[in-house]
Amino acid sequence: MSSGIGNWRWLVLLGILLPLSAWGDGKVLKMATTTSTENSGLLNVLLSAFYRETGIRIRVFAKGTGAALKDGMDGNVDVLFVHAKEKEEKFVSDGFGAYRLAVMHNDFVIVGPSKDPAQVKKAKDAPDALRRIAETGSFFISRGDDSGTHIKEQALWKLTGVPLSTRSTEIIKGGKKKRRLFMYPGTPGKWYISIGQGMGKTLTFAEEKQAYTLADRGTYLKYKFGRKTGLDLEVLYEGDARLFNPYGIIPVNPKTFPHVRFDLADTFAKWLVGTQGQRLIANYRIEGRTAFFPDALPHAK
Amino acid sequence: MGFLIDSFLSAVSLLWSLDPDLYLIIYVSLKVSLSSTAIASFFGIPVGFWIALHEFRAKRFLITVLNTLMALPTVVIGLWVYAFLSRKGILGMLDLLYTPTAMIIGQVILILPIVISLTHSAVGRLDHRYRKTALTLGATPLQAALVVLREARFGVMAAVIAAFGRVIAEIGISMMLGGNAKGFTRTMTTAMALEYDKGEFVLAVALGLVLLFISLSVNVFLHFLQGRSSA
Repeated sequence: MSSGIGNWRWLVLLGILLPLSAWGDGKVLKMATTTSTENSGLLNVLLSAFYRETGIRIRVFAKGTGAALKDGMDGNVDVLFVHAKEKEEKFVSDGFGAYRLAVMHNDFVIVGPSKDPAQVKKAKDAPDALRRIAETGSFFISRGDDSGTHIKEQALWKLTGVPLSTRSTEIIKGGKKKRRLFMYPGTPGKWYISIGQGMGKTLTFAEEKQAYTLADRGTYLKYKFGRKTGLDLEVLYEGDARLFNPYGIIPVNPKTFPHVRFDLADTFAKWLVGTQGQRLIANYRIEGRTAFFPDALPHAK
Repeated sequence: MGFLIDSFLSAVSLLWSLDPDLYLIIYVSLKVSLSSTAIASFFGIPVGFWIALHEFRAKRFLITVLNTLMALPTVVIGLWVYAFLSRKGILGMLDLLYTPTAMIIGQVILILPIVISLTHSAVGRLDHRYRKTALTLGATPLQAALVVLREARFGVMAAVIAAFGRVIAEIGISMMLGGNAKGFTRTMTTAMALEYDKGEFVLAVALGLVLLFISLSVNVFLHFLQGRSSA
């Protein structure tokens, strides 16, 4: 039995040394991304392939787009992988990001109950689909969390011609007053329900209320076909180019934050838009279906 | 430091400018928390009394169970009630999930053990001669119970305050059963979690300060009630 005690000591030693060794080799990259990216499962494939090739480990912090960008602005991470093109470009032009490379896109779909009370199936384009939901007063669940999906949804509502209300909340930052705007159709809590949660939660909320929502295809496929009892919602509108959702990779600017691992971030960004990364993206399947389309090398196979 | 000052000033300015969103959030929080506290007190205080004033075989066991339930995580209650109220659950046809009612149901389950257990210990600590004396002086059992209640009122009030503090500050049940719908089931705590997710830390902390202020106001109010009733 004395060997048992010996094993126990080894285990303790191992427990102390393992984390130290991971910390010691220094090839760890911190990346902020959105929950939808992480939920899709694509990230696991990309990160493990990248690790096998380069030995660089990536630690992922998945949040809403707003919080992910904030992490970049605070210099908490080395690289960002998000999908809110305008905000990303501003992030770079404000000096927080070194550059932005287009990596891939997936697309959004409008999902809802199979009975389709708002006749979204007959919509001629994406804004028309939303207009039909508003006009029939059917439940619509909004992410309402400043995520890429929420930003896209608000842009689409602007195109519908449905009257929108704007509310602003005043906060104080750096001694100055700042306004945060919140734009929505209808009255919150009536048919337009803004829940401020992630994509998965929004889909289950929509299922419970048999409501419509805008979802990224990847998360929808996972919830529809990747679970034992699939989501009781159907894709009712898809295909409008305005529903495309481009992802960008942005290394945090080493001039603004000298402590970031720009060398590693740069390697990762270049790898992602190279043949290897683009090929993995093109061949990734969610429940047997294509969900992401490579943008740097559109014909990668 | 600048960050905290910003948050504090934002909290003051939000309250002062009568920000409609903020007041709606406060309204929903108070409505739900006060309702669940009232319901839990209505049922919990008499039960706590009854347990304290009676001797029965399973008493110690029951108290142990109640004390264990006081440590029940909110997510567990949330999941449980969710399973019942979901469209696929037994009570699915009531369409209660993601409504303030669902939140109240969950919160009552959360604090009922707190009210019962703390009432029981407040009453149990009293000298039982109060009740005996009242009874020998010809009081009916109800009158005797009221005498005991009068003596135990500080402890009972403490139970109610503890229960209110637990629900106003909890997030698991509110998020899972209320769903954080703006203007409908969004409470102070779920709003804070959302602002954190969005990276709006100043607003998140400002909401936290408002929450503290509201709790303080409610407690001062209850304290005032207590003072009046003892006079």
